[in-house]
Amino acid sequence: MSDVVEKTLTALPSLLSLDSQPGAGKLSSTSKLGQFIRNITELTSKHEEEKLIKKELAVIKDQVSSPYTTMRQMRELMVRSMYCEMLGYEASFAYIHAIKLAQQGTVLEKRAGYLAVSLFLNENHELLLLLVNTVLKDLQSTNIIEVCMALTVVSQIFPKDMIPAVLPLVEEKLSHPKEIIRRKAVLALYKFYLIAPNQVQHIHGKFRKALCDKDPGVMTSSLHIYLQMIQESPDSYKDLVGSFVTILRQVVGGKLPLDFNYHSIPAPWLQMQLLRILSLLGREDQSTSETMYDVLNESLRRAEMNHNITYAILYECVKAIYTIHPKAELLEKAAKCIGNFVLSPKINLKYLGLKALTYVVQHDASLALQHQMTIIECLDHSDLLIKRETLELLFRITNAQNVTVIVERILSFLRLCNDDYTIIDLVGKVAELAEKYAPDNEWFIQTMTVVFSLGGDLMPPDIPSSFLRLLAEGSQSEVDDRQLKVYAVNSYLSVLNDDCSHLPQRFLQVISWVLGEYSYLREGLDQEEVILLLKKLLDQRGVSAETRSWVLSALTKLCRGSGRAELALAVAESLSSTLDTVLRQQGHELRHLIQDGSLHARVLPQPAPANSLEVDSSLSFLDGFVSDALAAGAAPYKPPHQRQEELGQQRAPTLEPYALSLPMSLSSCTVTDRQSPSVLSMSSGLSANSTEPSQRAGVATLMLEGVKRVWGKEGYLPQRDTSETPATVEEPSDVVQSSHQQVVIDISQPEPEPEPPQLDKKQQLASSLFVGLGSQNSACLLGKTEATVPRFRRKPHLNDASSSGTSERSSDSSHSSHSTADSFLYGGLLEEEPATPIQSSRHAPQPIAASGSCEARQHGLTVNGVDENRGGAVVCAKEEKRAHPTQLIESDMVRVRPNALAEGAVVPPQNCSRHLPSTSSCGSDSEVLKLPFELQNLPHSDIISLISDSHLCISCCRVFREDALLIVLFLSNSTEMVLCDVALELSCEELQMGSLRGNVMESMAGRTSSVCHYTVFMERPHTHVPFTGTVSYQTQPGHKHTLHFSGKLTTADFIRPLVLSTEEYGKLWLSFSHDVKQNLRLLTDAGDPLIATLNVLKDCLQLHIVDIIGSEGIVACRLLDGAPCLMHCRVHGASLAVWLRSSLSSFPDCLLYHCQRALQEH
Amino acid sequence: MQFMLLFSRQGKLRLQKWYVPLSDKEKKKITRELVQTVLARKPKMCSFLEWRDLKIVYKRYASLYFCCAIEDQDNELITLEIIHRYVELLDKYFGSVCELDIIFNFEKAYFILDEFLLGGEAQETSKKNVLKAIEQADLLQEVSHHEGSRFVD
Repeated sequence: MSDVVEKTLTALPSLLSLDSQPGAGKLSSTSKLGQFIRNITELTSKHEEEKLIKKELAVIKDQVSSPYTTMRQMRELMVRSMYCEMLGYEASFAYIHAIKLAQQGTVLEKRAGYLAVSLFLNENHELLLLLVNTVLKDLQSTNIIEVCMALTVVSQIFPKDMIPAVLPLVEEKLSHPKEIIRRKAVLALYKFYLIAPNQVQHIHGKFRKALCDKDPGVMTSSLHIYLQMIQESPDSYKDLVGSFVTILRQVVGGKLPLDFNYHSIPAPWLQMQLLRILSLLGREDQSTSETMYDVLNESLRRAEMNHNITYAILYECVKAIYTIHPKAELLEKAAKCIGNFVLSPKINLKYLGLKALTYVVQHDASLALQHQMTIIECLDHSDLLIKRETLELLFRITNAQNVTVIVERILSFLRLCNDDYTIIDLVGKVAELAEKYAPDNEWFIQTMTVVFSLGGDLMPPDIPSSFLRLLAEGSQSEVDDRQLKVYAVNSYLSVLNDDCSHLPQRFLQVISWVLGEYSYLREGLDQEEVILLLKKLLDQRGVSAETRSWVLSALTKLCRGSGRAELALAVAESLSSTLDTVLRQQGHELRHLIQDGSLHARVLPQPAPANSLEVDSSLSFLDGFVSDALAAGAAPYKPPHQRQEELGQQRAPTLEPYALSLPMSLSSCTVTDRQSPSVLSMSSGLSANSTEPSQRAGVATLMLEGVKRVWGKEGYLPQRDTSETPATVEEPSDVVQSSHQQVVIDISQPEPEPEPPQLDKKQQLASSLFVGLGSQNSACLLGKTEATVPRFRRKPHLNDASSSGTSERSSDSSHSSHSTADSFLYGGLLEEEPATPIQSSRHAPQPIAASGSCEARQHGLTVNGVDENRGGAVVCAKEEKRAHPTQLIESDMVRVRPNALAEGAVVPPQNCSRHLPSTSSCGSDSEVLKLPFELQNLPHSDIISLISDSHLCISCCRVFREDALLIVLFLSNSTEMVLCDVALELSCEELQMGSLRGNVMESMAGRTSSVCHYTVFMERPHTHVPFTGTVSYQTQPGHKHTLHFSGKLTTADFIRPLVLSTEEYGKLWLSFSHDVKQNLRLLTDAGDPLIATLNVLKDCLQLHIVDIIGSEGIVACRLLDGAPCLMHCRVHGASLAVWLRSSLSSFPDCLLYHCQRALQEH
Repeated sequence: MQFMLLFSRQGKLRLQKWYVPLSDKEKKKITRELVQTVLARKPKMCSFLEWRDLKIVYKRYASLYFCCAIEDQDNELITLEIIHRYVELLDKYFGSVCELDIIFNFEKAYFILDEFLLGGEAQETSKKNVLKAIEQADLLQEVSHHEGSRFVD
């Protein structure tokens, strides 16, 4: 085909002169547009063109606003304005007329009008509002073409806030008899899903219908949505695997109509989409993966033709094979495929091969070895893209042995590169490699110097800050640290001694910080010299104010001692009249500190304390000041975003068309349609044959927990069969070994003086690049024990939850935290067994049955490879939950009110460990955990045991304070021993936390317990928030133990009643813009259904019922003492139509979810 | 897909379709930069290039360059085929298409594109179906044309 185009296009010149040529028949050369285009083509200079177009635009403008212009003429004018816009000249006067044309024209003109609108306006343009009514009208038209046009424009330019207006109509189109309409409707919904996922939540069921549509086009379109949804939560769609596999098998087998063939390949777009979906579903899931091996094999086999499109499919296939649970036979074929790509003479294929290789080496580094010579050739390829991708590949295979060579390669690429995006990316990678694998201090500092000077001020700020942190915190060896610091000081001094005017600001900042902090470490260095150098920097032109401030801080640190003080004083004096207030203040501070030596020593001790300063981020030391101010009548503080929001509420008019959307969406929502995402995950996943969803769900989570992780983050985990490694690996690894000595030399002098022949050089490079990838190393590379210990292993850092402890126990801590994470008590209660209370009360007469199923689980767990010890603990926690069903209900769903605080709410610790053989020592005493007196009167949950080991039991209670959630953790020492250095750490990414007290203790006597509080705040609602925590303690000095625990909090924990009057409610209602509507189940078992339902919600979620009038009720709550959420409920047949509004966009969704849960569990 | 540009060897824009909301200023800047970069590429080079955080896939048909911007996880080869399929559609519709067809009937080229890609995703991959849809719309135009002219008469 392209040949045909080539031919006709070469005939262009003749076409220009002769109108009678074929193809020119359609050219409307006589029309005004044709004339205009013709005139423009004839022009030679840009200036002339500009003049002509200005003139043309003036004419168009004139005609467009004339009342005598017919719609047909208008269409022509619009096309001409489109042309002008395309050439880069604004024709904004035409926008409104384009909308008018779409509104009033006949089909013919409408089409041009819609096209003009979609080209002229983008999603943010305010004129779009005027289009809503037109689109609504056309969506309801009986003319298919009009409906098509409306759907097209809707999916092109409709913004988030206009979606509700058209959503019901678009949804309706899903069952239109014409497939083209259905297809466009599905794609429009896909677009809506991308822009505002929560608005189309309720249509998920209909997406399934689209997936089963008899028209392949509609089905293909629905896959776009599925790909997106599966990316977000693969587990919810496992039940569809069978369908996807069947579809793919049919497509590959050529069962689709021939129309869908592309160059005799059946529906390639569809195939690729399915392959992507399957790879997402099969990731880390052996049983699912097994169902797709056959069809993948078939796809590989069929895609043999030598055409781009088959390569595209093959590429997706290979990716899928390496993503899902591995199968040796397929891996082998996929590897061969990649080989063909990489070795292909076609450059596009080579690139794709490299890309595939980059993806694959994370799983199987030996593949890179097979292609080492090709990779080396690509490294010197003339096309930058190929070079770049090769570097990416090398980055992935870097280890401690080849790091110097690879980093050198990347840096030399960087020196020639002038693309900002590439520089930022590569600089970050080099910094990462340097920190991870640096062979020695000198190399590290030198490399970082290059990184800083090349990366310049484009560099993301976390690179310098993490570098400085590394210097400050140091590693485990002090000698090493000192050496590193001294080396840094030395090299930076020499940098400053040279011309440093070209250095980026970030680098200068790093230099001045290091010199200020560590120059004292270097013996024999005159500090005055350092001060002089810094002073020079301060005076240098082109140094930014920020950098000056860094320099000044360094000077402040250095100004100890007589000679230096005078120098520094001179600097301070010179700054006393500067215009920059920050510098002036710093100069002022500097002068003060010089004059007061003892103050200086206190503020800036030398050496700087090893642990970073404890920063009281909650500013609690100001509490007294604040309460005084409040008592004196000051207004309470509001965070900036809240003020902003309030301002916005006052000013901004509500833009959404409520009159339009309200009745339609209310009537179109039903309970069954609409589900919150997490509920859906359960019900849709299991809807097929689950009579007892709770049990099934529990089992599903358990199984997942037990499934072996096959691919780790960086590769394939150990269980791999050694026979799988291709035999060819042996060969290159020999090369590696034999040339090992050579490599060592290479590292010290990357470019050896005597020049060997070209090929040898390449061989040499190969051996130095691919060292450490041989089979003797592959075991450790694949097994994630990280044989190449990062050079700079950071010290355990208390603030850093991810860093593990140093003790011998810490090595398996990740394991234990994994198993406890999944079964942690209230995460487990709320999440994995949502309906446990109901179910267990049903089974109450036969408690044996419950524990029986529990045993089965225990069995399953151990079989599935979870360490028995830890697995035991997990199971016991679960067993305990089962054994006390009634207590469970209390513990989570009903809050213990002050008056209801009975003995039942207090759980003696032995309760939780009674069934725990390995920790029997824990529970023998009869100590009872009690909330501190001052908290007992607040609403709170039960005290539940979190985790325990042979020494320590940790229990937890949630106290619902008005302004925060209080997590009270009880540590009880279950032994007679004294535990030392007990430190508790709790962290959560999404929430703000403040520790109130008691998280660090020097010692803890035997048989005592201690209480520790955390206040938790939630500013943005999340349905569930996981948190993690660690407790470390020492039984004897040096014997450090670490316990990891984790759990989940839900929004429900943060909801507080909001008491207000009906009038206030009304006022507030109008000021909120985020709303969600949905139908809920109405409880009809007792009395007035509305009151009964609202009471349940009130009890479960702490809502405040403002008023109930007839069949309507209004309810209010707030997120702690922050954003309110209002709920309007109306009895609507057998369901409750609720309408929620809030100032926070995600709050209504969250609340709705919990309402559903509460009603379900009732 | 984020956007698609068609431009001539002289760097004149022939068609632009944006699937992400951008301001006019940004669009102009991107277009200018890309046209320059792509025109400077040598014929033997890769049809892909990295540009900002996007991948650009381009192909030249005679004097026209077709250029698409895709995200990193997208497949470059299939994008080339999308371009090719679009050219096929144009070819079929215009009957051996040439640059002039696209210049003088650019709105038709847009209609075809909208029928083929919607919201940046391949909407209909069956050539027959796309052309059928376009022809139906055209047919309707003719009808209303006649009706319109009858009224005028």
